[in-house]
Amino acid sequence: MEPFRTITGIAAPLPVGNIDTDMILAARFMKTVSRKGLGQGLFYSARFTPEGKERPDFIMNRSPWRDARILVVLANFGCGSSREHAPWALLDFGIRCVIAESFADIFYGNCFKNGILPIVLPPAEIARLLELTSEPGDAELTVDLERQVILTAGGTIPFDIDEQRRQRMLDGADDIALALRHVDEVNAHEMRVRDIAPWLDEARLDQPGITAPNTMPCISEGTTNA
Amino acid sequence: MADEPKTLYRKIWDAHAVTCLGSDEWLLYIDRHLLYEVTSPQAFDGLREAGRGVRRPDLTFAVADHNVPTHNRAGGLAAIDDPDSRMQVGQLEKNVREFGIAYADLTGPRHGIVHVVGPELGLTLPGATIVCGDSHTSTHGAFGALAFGIGTSEAEHVLATQTLVQKPSRNLLIRIDGELGTGVTPKDVILAIIGQIGTAGATSYVIEYAGSTVRAMDMAGRMTLCNMAIEAGARAGMVAPDEKTFDWLRGRPCAPAGEDFDRAVEQWRLLATDPGATYDRELEIDAAAIAPMVTWGTSPEAVTTIAGRAADPANIADPARRAQAEKMLAYMGLEPGQKLAGLPIDVAFIGSCTNSRIEDLRAAAKIAEGRKVADHVRALVVPGSAEVKAQAEAEGLDAIFRAAGFDWRDAGCSMCLGLNPDRLAPGERCASTSNRNFEGRQGPGGRTHLMSPAMAAAAAIAGRLVDVREMQ
Ligand code: SF4
Repeated sequence: MEPFRTITGIAAPLPVGNIDTDMILAARFMKTVSRKGLGQGLFYSARFTPEGKERPDFIMNRSPWRDARILVVLANFGCGSSREHAPWALLDFGIRCVIAESFADIFYGNCFKNGILPIVLPPAEIARLLELTSEPGDAELTVDLERQVILTAGGTIPFDIDEQRRQRMLDGADDIALALRHVDEVNAHEMRVRDIAPWLDEARLDQPGITAPNTMPCISEGTTNA
Repeated sequence: MADEPKTLYRKIWDAHAVTCLGSDEWLLYIDRHLLYEVTSPQAFDGLREAGRGVRRPDLTFAVADHNVPTHNRAGGLAAIDDPDSRMQVGQLEKNVREFGIAYADLTGPRHGIVHVVGPELGLTLPGATIVCGDSHTSTHGAFGALAFGIGTSEAEHVLATQTLVQKPSRNLLIRIDGELGTGVTPKDVILAIIGQIGTAGATSYVIEYAGSTVRAMDMAGRMTLCNMAIEAGARAGMVAPDEKTFDWLRGRPCAPAGEDFDRAVEQWRLLATDPGATYDRELEIDAAAIAPMVTWGTSPEAVTTIAGRAADPANIADPARRAQAEKMLAYMGLEPGQKLAGLPIDVAFIGSCTNSRIEDLRAAAKIAEGRKVADHVRALVVPGSAEVKAQAEAEGLDAIFRAAGFDWRDAGCSMCLGLNPDRLAPGERCASTSNRNFEGRQGPGGRTHLMSPAMAAAAAIAGRLVDVREMQ
């Protein structure tokens, strides 16, 4: 994951609540096995007519917001489907930060996994930012994660963020590598469960109609059981 | 302290918290990982790029459901016409072979929607942690499991480590008491709850449903309730297991057998929330006050009773909410304050992981029996799994549906989302038993009204939205 320290870029104001992940990226764009190229489908039905022509009234089709790297939105952004294709589409378009009144849980977590910084601000601050960034001359913001502030043409806005998540964003950390450091504790957990609730440790998936799994678990890092 | 009273959620959390990573973050052990074709390819790619394997392929199960057409299933992969869909399903088959993961064959007796098949197999067990790269994983909570949707990066994390990095959620108790009226189903209960608390009403909470109404519900009803917990923004929904749960699981292929089962039941009984345990929030719902529900807008919270009307923006003070209501009405092709009963429909869809179980099909067949689908309506019944399909056929439900003019299909997600050939044409209005009425969810320009299976069957026959109680 690309580390996130400070970004400066155009912020696009989208004064809409409950933007769901189907709006961010409709299901029909999900027939891909890659993370790349999804920016094409971002906000498709808002950006384009059914015939595929740009809708000139949509803010992200206008200058300077067509180059937005930041979004400013209302409450419950990213609700609905858990699809990580939604943050991938944002990232592919160039968005690295979303500032909202609130986020849906799964989407919020997915942002951190992909180097997109989700910032929560109170409604009054959001209203101010929406107004400010609607002016082409004031649409540029700087988001500084190290100092936890947003620099705007109208002043500085501090924001809160979970310290551990902040650190991992700053480092561009590999979560899986971090978790694999605890492999001994995981082994111990499995041993304990095998004893007290063996049915949890054994899924008995060798059944008619099911292509049976490999029963030789792969325990260590770096090896593959392929 | 060992004896501190705990909620169901807290008990499962504590039994799976492997180690604390600092502040409030934990490594949570995952007992069952479910996969399907849409959200998994990038996770497998990630493993390959990092040279990592799958820690517990024997606790991982995959099935293709979102992309598969719902006819000519016997044709298997080759019968998927759309090249992108075929490629995605083919990629899943390749990935499960390479990594040694159990896979429900497309043409076999275990195929179906992942959230229908998991419980059917007995993969879903009380006290287990279950994840899947799909938000409706909350369904499995009906068995007293902690089950929630994850993203693709998290799926990769589970594949590689069998754990997830998690923070404990807040806990919300929704107590539903009283008897449901005639024609009122668990689907109506959950729609009424979402209508009351909104689509962000339970954000960052795990919901536990309790109360006499929930106890009286069968497992299918509890699954419907938990399935749509995510539509209220919740992380998960759950119901404490009881005798109904144990009876339902006894003899399932992947559930513990023999003495193990009895031993498991003894432990499962202890999962119920302790007297004196506290929740972060509590909500009381009066079951008797709920009527058959139907959505009018493009969010599940835009819902009212079948006797109700679409919103009138003129009555909404908040400008953002007013604008949203106007947008929803325009998309749905409705007038402000329009009456919902009597609204003509083009399509009826009975299916999806919310309402495609045998109990749902029985309820719909009861309405369809001896009647005819209106001439202008295209009506589909899509069982949630090959097992549900076989059971329905053994009971003669397929014959009832066919005689009434419904299309009887093979299992899959079907018209729940626009990924396979079953979808709405622009402007088409659909009475649907699925869970999301977002713009374009059932196909670009499609208009979705969410409701129960009996209500959707009644709408198919009347050719318009109608109160099912008039037909019972
Ligand atoms: S039926 Fe619908 S909601 Fe359920 S898993 Fe399939 S697409 Fe998702």
